Amino acid sequence: MSTPILEIRNLHAAVEGHEILKGIDLVVRPGEIHGIMGPNGSGKSTLAQVLARREAFEVTQGEIIFDGKNLLELKPEEVAAEGLFMAFQYPVEVPGINNAYFIRSAVNALRKYRGEDEMDAMDFLPAFKEKMKALDVDERFLNRAVNEGFSGGEKKRNEILQMAMLEPKLAILDETDSGLDIDALKVVAQGVNAMRSPERSFVVVTHYQRLLNYIVPDYVHVLAGGRIVRSGGKELALELEEKGYGWVEEEAAQMAR
Amino acid sequence: MIETRTEKKQAFQAYLDEFEAFAKRAPGADTPWMKQLRQEAFARFWELGFPTLRDEDWRFTSLAPLSARTFRLASGVKGYHALTGNGTAPVAIDLATIHRRTPAGVGARVVFVNGRYAPELSKVDHSDVGRGTVPSPHKPPQASSEAQKVVVMSLAEAIAAGHPLVQQHLAKHEDYRSDAFTALNTAFVEDGAFIHVKRGAVVEAPIYVLYVSVGNAEALMAHPRNLIVAEEQSQATVVEDYVSLPVGQQDGSDTPPHTRLEAGATLFFSNVVTEVVAGQDALLSHYMIEREDESAINVSTLHLQQARNANVDSHSVLIGGGLVRNNVHPVLTGEGADCLINGLFVANGRQHMDNYMKVEHAAPHCNSRQFYNGILDGQSRGVFHGRIIVHKDAQKTDAKQTNRNLLLSDGAQIDTKPQLEIYADDVKCTHGATIGQMDEEALFYMRSRGIAEQEARRLMLFAFASECLDRMKPGPVRSWLEESVGGWLPGGTQAAATE
Repeated sequence: MSTPILEIRNLHAAVEGHEILKGIDLVVRPGEIHGIMGPNGSGKSTLAQVLARREAFEVTQGEIIFDGKNLLELKPEEVAAEGLFMAFQYPVEVPGINNAYFIRSAVNALRKYRGEDEMDAMDFLPAFKEKMKALDVDERFLNRAVNEGFSGGEKKRNEILQMAMLEPKLAILDETDSGLDIDALKVVAQGVNAMRSPERSFVVVTHYQRLLNYIVPDYVHVLAGGRIVRSGGKELALELEEKGYGWVEEEAAQMAR
Repeated sequence: MIETRTEKKQAFQAYLDEFEAFAKRAPGADTPWMKQLRQEAFARFWELGFPTLRDEDWRFTSLAPLSARTFRLASGVKGYHALTGNGTAPVAIDLATIHRRTPAGVGARVVFVNGRYAPELSKVDHSDVGRGTVPSPHKPPQASSEAQKVVVMSLAEAIAAGHPLVQQHLAKHEDYRSDAFTALNTAFVEDGAFIHVKRGAVVEAPIYVLYVSVGNAEALMAHPRNLIVAEEQSQATVVEDYVSLPVGQQDGSDTPPHTRLEAGATLFFSNVVTEVVAGQDALLSHYMIEREDESAINVSTLHLQQARNANVDSHSVLIGGGLVRNNVHPVLTGEGADCLINGLFVANGRQHMDNYMKVEHAAPHCNSRQFYNGILDGQSRGVFHGRIIVHKDAQKTDAKQTNRNLLLSDGAQIDTKPQLEIYADDVKCTHGATIGQMDEEALFYMRSRGIAEQEARRLMLFAFASECLDRMKPGPVRSWLEESVGGWLPGGTQAAATE
């Protein structure tokens, strides 16, 4: 088997002193898609935030190896430059910075980190416009401030657009489906599927099984009470959809005892 | 601030001594109306004294650094020789020094060193400009060349030549009777830019007025006075730029002003008054750039007298100076007049920047829009006082005011105060102020995309500053500011790029 791109061992994490993740183990190999499902408050988003190195989330125990490096020693920008991308559940508005300039700055920051030449606007724009078109992002958003005045769906598509431009090794989609109508969901899924490759992995965090109809996972993990309580193939997602999360929460409660 | 009578007397005695010497050699010293104006103004200054913290308009700004010192009139120091610790040394200011500071693409350039016109550093191409030759008001207008469109010259020369517009407008708009600084400036009226944009003239290239203050072993003062008369349907852009050239740094290296504060630095006090008279349908952009070092005290008063449909933009960019007071006073006297009052102030270290807006709506159907953005770091302090006065007959006034501030450190402070005085009943006045820190969510978002923290901060500051630059009309001044502003912001080292 190939070397994992991501290896999480016994991860415990807390926010403001409250332990939220209580021992997560997860191995993601290149080319794999993992779905992480679970009820609200189970720790799904916390896991995504920890991976993106948000400061408010304190890792109290365990380790995360990303592409052979100790992720917990990296700053958020270094994690990004190493090839990890997180699509935010709530993309942030950055007033005054235009979207194209922002994404080009990000692309160039990554290229610089890797010792590659920076892209100028002439090289960047054609590639950018092509991806915008594929993701059905209106060209108006090229010169608007990052996420400012974007609808919920537009913000999510903008996340996928950034992912497409940054070409990460591992992408974490944190509830990218929430608030999307079915058409927007299909566009987002198409964008993700177009990027699938044997070298690129995805962790798709979602509350609902629906997204996983379009982005078909290799593995599904069920998170409850800060632990992975079940792992299985894509059929596990269907089972959850049918039975709801009640039984999972019971199981988690039992494990906690 | 407690000030004994004796102290006041001593400090003011120095002004009186300077004034008596100055009044004898001043331009127009023998012209009765000038003589009378200066004397009345000095008497008024003597009566008023400098404002204190008890004065409502000066609540947030202590003038202790000013009233504790005596200042020599800079123009009284021969040439622009600076007094160093070892005596008098000539200061070499060459054209290269000036060029390094001049924005590309400006037209006429008028340079003043320590309050005095420096013709050899200036560039005024027109035959009737800068040479003291005054076009006869009886000569029929010829609209063919630049020379007939605009007069740009030293005010001292215009006074000496008895230019009729000087008598018509000088000290007729900004009232020296009600303000100590304007009174002091008027008493010491000596030099500055006199700009006359003739009827219907469209002056494309910005007119650049540079004030260089040269450091000295003793505290110096200058009272630049600018008079800008833009006649009916004329169009022009005027830039006032204030820079320091400390002793020992005449090479003109552009160290960011924030890094220059040293204990015991000498003081340079500039007290500027600019009167702008905008005729009917005139279109004028005025820029005030303050980038002196932290040993500078800069008090400036910009008066905008606007006739019917006159459209005036005032842009202030304050990044330098230790103690800065920026008074902007538009008076909309003609129906349909429109005024944009736009500003950016960036303070660090122990800088103090006080912006005092007094927008007077004196006619119906006028618009005024105030937008000031402040960035405060270190132990700096900022003030925004936005006063809007709507006179009784100024119906259908539309006045807007927005002040946004970013505090980058725990030690930085901002006082923001709107003040609306409305005597008409059918008006629209809005005001809003925000004070905030750098948005940490947005920072994390940018970092999560690979942009390093410092760069992300720089981009966000640049974006905040750009809100002000975006309100300027496209042209050489705005381009120059866009290129320069990145280096002026806290943490900034080089010009930022924009799309």
